Amino acid sequence: MLVDSIENGIVIDHLTAGLGLKVLSALGVETRGDTVALIMNASSKKYGKKDLVKIMNKVDVDLAILGLIDPRATVNIIENGEIVKKIVLTLPEKVVNVVKCKNPRCVTTVEPNAPQVFVLENPETSEYRCEYCDEVVVLKGEWENELMHL
Amino acid sequence: MGNELLKGLKGRDLLEPLDFSTEELEALFDLADRIIEHPEKYTEKCKGKILATLFFEPSTRTRLSFEAAMLRLGGEVIGFSEPASSSVAKGESIADTVKTVACYSDIAVMRHPKEGAPLVAIRAVDIPVVNAGDGGHQHPTQTLTDMLTIRREMGGFTNITVGLCGDLKFGRTVHSLAKALSRYDNVNFVLIAPEELRIPEYIKKGVLEKGKIQYKEVERMQDVLPELDILYMTRVQKERFFNEEDYIRLKDTYILDAEKMKLAKKSMAVLHPLPRVNEIAVEVDSDPRALYFKQAQNGMYVRMALIMSLLGIEG
Repeated sequence: MLVDSIENGIVIDHLTAGLGLKVLSALGVETRGDTVALIMNASSKKYGKKDLVKIMNKVDVDLAILGLIDPRATVNIIENGEIVKKIVLTLPEKVVNVVKCKNPRCVTTVEPNAPQVFVLENPETSEYRCEYCDEVVVLKGEWENELMHL
Repeated sequence: MGNELLKGLKGRDLLEPLDFSTEELEALFDLADRIIEHPEKYTEKCKGKILATLFFEPSTRTRLSFEAAMLRLGGEVIGFSEPASSSVAKGESIADTVKTVACYSDIAVMRHPKEGAPLVAIRAVDIPVVNAGDGGHQHPTQTLTDMLTIRREMGGFTNITVGLCGDLKFGRTVHSLAKALSRYDNVNFVLIAPEELRIPEYIKKGVLEKGKIQYKEVERMQDVLPELDILYMTRVQKERFFNEEDYIRLKDTYILDAEKMKLAKKSMAVLHPLPRVNEIAVEVDSDPRALYFKQAQNGMYVRMALIMSLLGIEG
């Protein structure tokens, strides 16, 4: 299978095999109309298998969401056929409007313009704490189903 | 040094007790002590200032304490004490309500059933905002009240044995006090509760064990009364139990009466955030070690110190 290299855009490499579709959905790529290539289960020297995403045209990729979904991925910014920037993802310290607080007693359930803000509590367990009510949520595993669709 | 620390509180907010450093708390308690000593020197300190009480759910005790504090400082009070009588009933957001009130007042005190509501207020306005209780989350001025009382009785917070008794699982004031006291050296905790109402793991691990605090868990108050410097009582509520038999079995174990007080040190202080129902027998009230009403009065004084400091008024 051959997918051309891109002239200008973004390559998200070393995604955990199987997460590529979730990443595309989380980044809202399908609604923007960009030209996108997704390769699933490609072979990887490093990990055995990987997913790969190429997006033509430089777009603003939400590194916080990516860092949450698959922190092992790398993001390469391509300009004129060259990699001009490599971004290594980390778990974000703070996530805003990514997931909703599930605590029914939290003020975010009633206050119309209060942003959903979670602060990293424990990087080893991916535990995040709601800034308002201190309820802790684990953003690991199957949590992508909780993504807020804004 | 204390004055410099208090100056640093000007314009700040109070969401939870840990918002203030231990040094800032010392300065605040020193000011409260001075007010208790000479209340007449403070009767005009807040003249011309207005405190707004935004009570989205009723809480007569806390509201009266704040109102009395401001009035005793020579200030004025405006506010509402339940949402039905305010624009909230029309669907106004917390942010808009507080922004409007901030146009009329110099400091706001908020009580709300939703957790994190005071943070919405803090972010919406520039005037100082004090959390007077948000759901089951925080109630920082209760903790300041408890701490001032302990400090005045024990001379400080180090080398004391504190018994926390009753509902340690859902007791907001217990969690807050444990967190606040864990910042001091050699505080020993004795946790007295039925199995169903033990202190949650996240407090044990995240506060006590993390801070290397000595603690032990027991079920019978009588077994530990002689060791305690402070006994902090809370109500064991029937609705917290899964079955009535357990409640009936346990409810009298956690009632403090004159008989049990005989086991305690002559210097032990009995505290309770109030309201009490039957967990402290009325006969205990006349025991000089019963401090819960003095504790309530201390609440007014610590709120006076807090209001002055957040408004940047020296004393």
